[in-house]
Amino acid sequence: MRLTVNGENIDSNAATVKELLDELKIVQGRVAVEVNLSIIKRDDYEVYRLKEGDKVEIVNFIGGGCLK
Amino acid sequence: MEDKLIIKGIEFKSRLWVGTGKYRDLEETKKAIEASGADVVTVAVRRVNIIDRKSENLLDYIDPKKYKILPNTAGCYNVEDALRYSRLAREAGISDMIKLEVIGDEKTLFPDVIGLLNATEILAKEGFLVFPYTNDDPIMAKRLIDAGAVAVMPLAAPIGSGLGIRNPYNIKIILETVKAPVIVDAGVGTASDVAVAMELGCDAVLLNTAIAGAKDPIAMASAMKHAVIAGRLAYKAGRIPKKLYAAASSPIEGML
Repeated sequence: MRLTVNGENIDSNAATVKELLDELKIVQGRVAVEVNLSIIKRDDYEVYRLKEGDKVEIVNFIGGGCLK
Repeated sequence: MEDKLIIKGIEFKSRLWVGTGKYRDLEETKKAIEASGADVVTVAVRRVNIIDRKSENLLDYIDPKKYKILPNTAGCYNVEDALRYSRLAREAGISDMIKLEVIGDEKTLFPDVIGLLNATEILAKEGFLVFPYTNDDPIMAKRLIDAGAVAVMPLAAPIGSGLGIRNPYNIKIILETVKAPVIVDAGVGTASDVAVAMELGCDAVLLNTAIAGAKDPIAMASAMKHAVIAGRLAYKAGRIPKKLYAAASSPIEGML
């Protein structure tokens, strides 16, 4: 299945958000996930089903105070 | 009596708040923040690097159990983006606090206060504790508090400029106008700038570049820590009025 994750087109076998995070080796807990502009709650990672062409954003915190 | 900053029931151990950008590496970030004695650490929200999973995580260095993490919307130039980043930050984080930035212009990084006001109103209704980065404008400060902000964060000078407090009179008026904490955010260059902000009566100072960009960030972090404490003490102690002429400190009586 083709997905766009953080702007990158990838091939994924993940059926759910949780599977996608596992596939990408991203530790849950310090990230937030958005699919097609909707935030997916942490409790829903296991049940939220991804589909072909979904645009996924996975964000976390980085250094930045008064950055451009 | 203890002089603690408390906002919406949250107790802050230090009146110095710091950013985490522009450091050489995460180790230096960690050491400088430790030396600053800061309690609040502001962080940006960005995409996880999905290609290089070995890249280090900021929160491995800045322990959220030890520090209050204040996510910001740095880099957002419109209300829609600021709301999106705020909501993502809340989902990724551990608190409802958001340092709200709606930037108006790349060259000055001054806030777009109309967008800021709109975003503040929406986020406050969603239960966020909104800390808006705003101009040194007393009327806007009041409007932001009326819209539901829990504090205001007027700039001292443009972000990263190091110019210090360019308009202390406006900051003073803001302090008299709003019945909420005033935290000077952005533009301070060195310890004396921080002391001035605190002597004016500000509740805290947030800074980043002044420490991260110093030749020795860790030493500067320590200087800032002391400046905040000294400035606050001087404010509480009550300074003498300024006078044009001398006033002798030794008695005339008993002179030969």
